[in-house]
Amino acid sequence: MTRCILHVDLNNFYASVECLYRPELADKPVAVSGDIEARHGIILAKNQLAKQAGVATGEAIWQAKTKCPDLVLVPPDFKKYLRFSRLARRIYADYTDQIEAFGIDENWLDVTGSVRLFGSGPAIADEIRRRVRGELGVTVSVGVSFNKIFAKLGSDLKKPDATTVITEENFRSRVWPLPVGELLYVGRATRRKLENRGIYTIGDLAKRDLRPLVLLLGQWGETLWHFANGRDEAPVRKTGEVSAIKSIGNSTTAPRDLATLADAKIILYVLAESVAARLRAHGLRCQTVAVSLRDKELASFERQIRLLEPTAASRDIARAAIDLVAANWKSGRPLRSLGVRGGDLVTETGRLQLDLFDEQKAAASSLETAVDDIRRRFGQNSIQRCVMLTDCRLSGFNPKDDHVIHPVSFFR
Amino acid sequence: MGKILVTVKAAHDTLGNTRPLSIVWHDGREFAIDKVTDVRMAASLKAGGQGLRYTCRVCGKEIRLFCDEGIWFIEG
Repeated sequence: MTRCILHVDLNNFYASVECLYRPELADKPVAVSGDIEARHGIILAKNQLAKQAGVATGEAIWQAKTKCPDLVLVPPDFKKYLRFSRLARRIYADYTDQIEAFGIDENWLDVTGSVRLFGSGPAIADEIRRRVRGELGVTVSVGVSFNKIFAKLGSDLKKPDATTVITEENFRSRVWPLPVGELLYVGRATRRKLENRGIYTIGDLAKRDLRPLVLLLGQWGETLWHFANGRDEAPVRKTGEVSAIKSIGNSTTAPRDLATLADAKIILYVLAESVAARLRAHGLRCQTVAVSLRDKELASFERQIRLLEPTAASRDIARAAIDLVAANWKSGRPLRSLGVRGGDLVTETGRLQLDLFDEQKAAASSLETAVDDIRRRFGQNSIQRCVMLTDCRLSGFNPKDDHVIHPVSFFR
Repeated sequence: MGKILVTVKAAHDTLGNTRPLSIVWHDGREFAIDKVTDVRMAASLKAGGQGLRYTCRVCGKEIRLFCDEGIWFIEG
């Protein structure tokens, strides 16, 4: 049976919410940007006028200012964005229970079962657009199609506040002439590889033989070829359905460059505590610890190590991370950002090989649970490691709760 | 023009519903809300805000009263 899938994308989301709350900015180019002082000074989102001036998401503030000198910068208010995201999802939930989030501002809706109740896919899409505009004061663009990939593609075709329909009949004429880079998961590197083989459009990709593509891109070749031919069978997950988590990690750009291992340690402890707390919250333990380092020349690399036994204790994760950094940070160049990730996850109820000689283990584990409890009741900063106090500017962030929202993988 | 923040006296019922009863102007004058004719989620493009919108009759005139996360305002 042909499915009816909507991809609903909140247009210029952060910037739209900010402009709603500041009507005086309506006719000015506006961008939401990170905090320069904390060195997070990049463009997070921009409105239509800023976009026309060439301002791009992810570029540094000075770059954006050169292109658009009148650019109005506003700081982000993630709490507000989360509220709007939730309210939008509440509207979608009036039409289906199959809503899958892709980041904070995009959702897939499977309305196959609701078309008899609410009218065709495009009709539902138009009604959602009308309601979001009226009730939330921001706009959405909607792609309507028979699979998730084309629905997403459709929502990107016409913005803002528009519905684009891609059917089994018209996808060859609508989708195939588009540049191959428009396809989800064709990034810069893949696009270059494909273009070197004379594949410039999605149609070129679809019409190629499968074998050479697999030789070129491996498994990806086959996946992308199916995408291009409209054969994406991935289901839209139901609301609240959690997928298996493969790894848990946090990273941050430090407010100042980290010159010594002692500096790095402070950040690593904060990150390790966040990763450990999130592992415990999900009832998981990790078997490997990975660190990612980026120095001030923006050269970056990642190293990982396998632990002797699964853990969800910040003590173990921090130790492993510090050892990794100490052993691999050979350039000596000051570090700009650091990340810690726990991978190869197992559930905490699984069988465990106990260590005969680590007598502190049980004590450490109950200590961490006690710390979780204290923080839950009295706040994150109510209890912390001594090392955090040596430089409060470095340790003064909370990756667990200030968790930056990022799109999740399509393949979960 | 724009957004006028106001103090509101309201009744809260056992189901969690809120019904505004009167609006207290910034100079202390109090205006009773005679009737609430419509309640819905809405954005105010004019005042710049979003929340539950109460369409009310006050002194024979229709006004739109918004509750944005507990902060009440009317469009000026």
